[in-house]
Amino acid sequence: MATYDFLFDSLGLRGWCGDDQGGLSSMADLLGETSGQDADISAWDTPFPSLDALHDACSAIPQSRALTLGLERGFLDIKDSLKVVVDPLTQPLSWALNDALWVMQAVPWWIMIPVLMLIAWVVGRSIKLVGLVAAVFCLLAFVDYYDYTMQTLAIIFVCAFICVLFGVPIGIAMSRSDRVQRTMIPILDMLQTLPPFVYLIPLIFLFSVTEPKLYGIAIILYAIVPVVRLTDLGIRLVDKDVIEAADAYGMTKRQKLFGVQIPLALPNIMAGVNQTIMMSLAMVVIASLVSAPGLGVLVLRGIRNLELGVGLLSGLGIVLLAVILDRVTKAALERINSQQPG
Amino acid sequence: MSIDNNPKISVRNLYKIFGDNPQAALERVKEGISKADLLTETNHVLGLNDINVDMPTGKTTVIMGLSGSGKSTLIRHLNRLIEPTAGEVWIDDENILEYNEKQLRSLRQHRMSMVFQKFALLPHRTVLENAGLAPSISGESRKQYKDEATKWLDRVGLEGQGNQYPVQLSGGMQQRVGIARALTSNSDIMLMDEAFSALDPLIRTDMQNLLIDLQNELQKTVIFITHDLDEALKLADHLVMLKDGCVVQQGEPQEILLRPNDPYIEDFVADINRARVLRVRSVMEKTVGAPGNVAGDVDHEDTLETVIALSEGDTTKRYRVTRDGVQVGVLDMRTLVRALVPQGGSSEDPRLPELAGSDA
Ligand SMILES: Nc1ncnc2c1ncn2[C@@H]1O[C@H](COP(=O)(O)OP(=O)(O)OP(=O)(O)O)[C@@H](O)[C@H]1O
Ligand SMILES: [Mg+2]
Repeated sequence: MATYDFLFDSLGLRGWCGDDQGGLSSMADLLGETSGQDADISAWDTPFPSLDALHDACSAIPQSRALTLGLERGFLDIKDSLKVVVDPLTQPLSWALNDALWVMQAVPWWIMIPVLMLIAWVVGRSIKLVGLVAAVFCLLAFVDYYDYTMQTLAIIFVCAFICVLFGVPIGIAMSRSDRVQRTMIPILDMLQTLPPFVYLIPLIFLFSVTEPKLYGIAIILYAIVPVVRLTDLGIRLVDKDVIEAADAYGMTKRQKLFGVQIPLALPNIMAGVNQTIMMSLAMVVIASLVSAPGLGVLVLRGIRNLELGVGLLSGLGIVLLAVILDRVTKAALERINSQQPG
Repeated sequence: MSIDNNPKISVRNLYKIFGDNPQAALERVKEGISKADLLTETNHVLGLNDINVDMPTGKTTVIMGLSGSGKSTLIRHLNRLIEPTAGEVWIDDENILEYNEKQLRSLRQHRMSMVFQKFALLPHRTVLENAGLAPSISGESRKQYKDEATKWLDRVGLEGQGNQYPVQLSGGMQQRVGIARALTSNSDIMLMDEAFSALDPLIRTDMQNLLIDLQNELQKTVIFITHDLDEALKLADHLVMLKDGCVVQQGEPQEILLRPNDPYIEDFVADINRARVLRVRSVMEKTVGAPGNVAGDVDHEDTLETVIALSEGDTTKRYRVTRDGVQVGVLDMRTLVRALVPQGGSSEDPRLPELAGSDA
């Protein structure tokens, strides 16, 4: 006897349910039978009329397990056709990641570290910053984490670059049309709030775990949000009077975009790039679950094998990497702001 | 200085209504609904109501009115930064509302320039690059426009500041850049929306004088917006008074001062120093006949203040009025004194609507 039998009886749906009245439909009923007492449940314990509870009363109602199974089957059914489209589109990402990983590791450390210092100098123009960069890489190399660090860095460079490549134009499109903005904002909200592990699940089904693009896509989806949002915001915040002046002197839309809106939105766009890089770093650690190489692998080892020292040291390495990435991009932002008084 | 030459810009039956369904609201407006009623009944804002104005070539037309009267809305119709709900705007005998996008851009690039209340300079470009905005938009390189831009920067008093950024300049200097930017475009028409309102009084007077000098030199068609009557009277050849989106009176400034046709205008006019603004020609008795017993000669463009100083306050004197040395009229000091008092009972509150037209 299930709680909701009365529902189907009173609606006259017993026949549709396809079993006769009082059929022993669940283990609980069986137990109730054997112990000789009727399954009389107090109001306090009334279950919610969920799929499973209704299934107890009427076997024509599917169990909730059927729903998740159905989702899975549905996904598996479209998987092949989806793969035909998505696979070639994302293949360049795999190549880029593989190449970047190869280059960053193949170049010997005594070239790589100076090159990274040079990049820090070009972007930030600060001796102190270059010193910090050198110190961090030397320290990580000293504890034999050099290769892991380079792998992490390679993935971040590639993914952040792609985020900017796509994020800025999307942000521009959003700033130009309220409709695009209205459709994009819920998508961005979803990407930002979904726990990163959740993206990984469909991606694992879609691509094989050995393909770098699997974690590449996960990182990009997670990290692209700030650069899109801040590009949109930055362009919308450009002084209305200046835009009016540009119109009054007959600028074309294109001239306005490249001559006024983007230059004036650049501080905001750069703040977005900074955020995007930091979020790529966060995600690259999580993505080690799906075979992303780098410092995240060490963290994972620390957890799996309870190697406390490895976990702590690699955690420290990630923090140091975060600090220099943040400092260098902030220094770039600072420079843009000072070049552009007002 | 009557307007007998062809108007450069003619605005005809121009209406602008802000809201979701301006065409429906337009019907109501044509039936004569007031701005306030339109807002409460239909939630539409009446921006401009049946504007007809001719703006003379080579002269300064000043559009004046209180805040919210529609001045900015009107001036933005002249380069179609705002599209009208109905009406026509003729420039050089072409209706610019029939222009396509390309023609409109060319109009804005070559035939019109604009100066803004908040300067609206591009903060990421140098002063020189800002001044050369118009030529740079039409594709000239910095090297090509440099001489022209420098020439106008020098003319407005910014020698050697070309490499500064706008934030490094004071407000007055920034607006000079704004004016240089307008002049570098070499357009005939200059639109100025409260161009001097954000400046402090002394700088403001400087800028007014600069504009007057430039006008004497260049004779552009200037459309100047202000809510300050002193400024309007100083600059205007043609004065247009706006109220709630309607033109209440337009014409020669002296004429409006002496014969305001609306309490709203009397109110404006009441507070100004009439002796400094009114000129002999507007109050004299026009005659070429023998002036009789006169105390001396005054020029027809002299202000009444000058004449009062000359007469040392003696109201019995008479003066012969001359233009280029030839007599054009006679000025009695008593007439002069009478002209100093605003006509039409403005000692009572002229804003009271029942007084409207009582002095006509
Ligand atoms: N985009 C708009 N949407 C709705 N109403 C508007 C819009 N622009 C202007 N208005 C209304 O039109 C009227 C005229 O505004 P406008 O800016 O032309 O006034 P103004 O004379 O320039 O005033 P101010 O001296 O304050 O600059 C005002 O009532 C204003 O609220
Ligand atoms: Mg205004």
